[in-house]
Amino acid sequence: MDIYGKVKALISEQLGVEEGELTMDTSFEDLDADSLDIVELVMALEEEFNLEISDDEVEKIKTVGDVVRYIEAHA
Amino acid sequence: MRLAGKVAIVTGASRGIGRAVAVALAREGAAVVINYASNGEAALETLAKIGEAGGRAVVCQADVSDWEACESLVRSALDNFGKVDILVNNAGVTRDNIVARMKKDEWQAVLDTNLTGAFNLVRAAMRPLLRQKSGGRIINISSVVGLAGGVGQANYAAAKAGLIGLTKSLARELAGRQITVNAVAPGFIDTEMTAALPEELKKNMLAQVPLGRAGTPEEVAQLVAFLAADAAGYITGQVIAIDGGLVMQ
Repeated sequence: MDIYGKVKALISEQLGVEEGELTMDTSFEDLDADSLDIVELVMALEEEFNLEISDDEVEKIKTVGDVVRYIEAHA
Repeated sequence: MRLAGKVAIVTGASRGIGRAVAVALAREGAAVVINYASNGEAALETLAKIGEAGGRAVVCQADVSDWEACESLVRSALDNFGKVDILVNNAGVTRDNIVARMKKDEWQAVLDTNLTGAFNLVRAAMRPLLRQKSGGRIINISSVVGLAGGVGQANYAAAKAGLIGLTKSLARELAGRQITVNAVAPGFIDTEMTAALPEELKKNMLAQVPLGRAGTPEEVAQLVAFLAADAAGYITGQVIAIDGGLVMQ
């Protein structure tokens, strides 16, 4: 599975949304994710891709595409 | 056995209320990390008591006012028992003095251990608690002094009242994850901490207790064990006084 596919699967699992609903442009605000949801998602991403995402970086992540681009650049 | 399969960390469990809580949780089937800051011998006595009762426990030295030490305390639970379900923030110190005479370090030492220590442990345990997705229990040992104040105990009262604010905020933040957060506010309990008080003061304090006696650490421990159990799953953000009726809210 490519990074986009893995990220979509993780977000789907963490936030309880259908993978089919997710595009690169889907924002976490649209998904009604609160700050604790984001913390849990970041934890899951860190474990899946074996990296650490700093709080400053987390602040900048607004959409599914932001996550995919961050992972592609850092994994 | 209401806590079979659960893992608990009890801070300040070498003596007093903390020891009784550690023993009570272990009797209910929880595996317990017995935390202590300085009295290793007393912590081993707690361990022995749990062993006699057929429970499982390990001892872990950590000063809860130290952020990294709290991380090692959580790691001890994960390494020994594979997870963490229950946190009991009990570690507490006193540096009694009237405010007019209180030194900065007397203020700070009490805040650092009694209030910041609880934050440190909760923060350190947050990742495993969330990742396990199996709910959880956080029980903070406050004090009736945190509700009513106390002469010579501004630092202690401030820290214990602070624990109540921490409790209610955490209860709101974590409710969606089925992690309950409650505070227990003991009154006059027979421990080494209260034994150190002047006789006259003890007599005066006991005279104000409607039930007319000091409580025991075991009585407080039974309340904590209940709050830790599945049976208490609908209780969160509460402060439960156990004080012989001293402070009726």
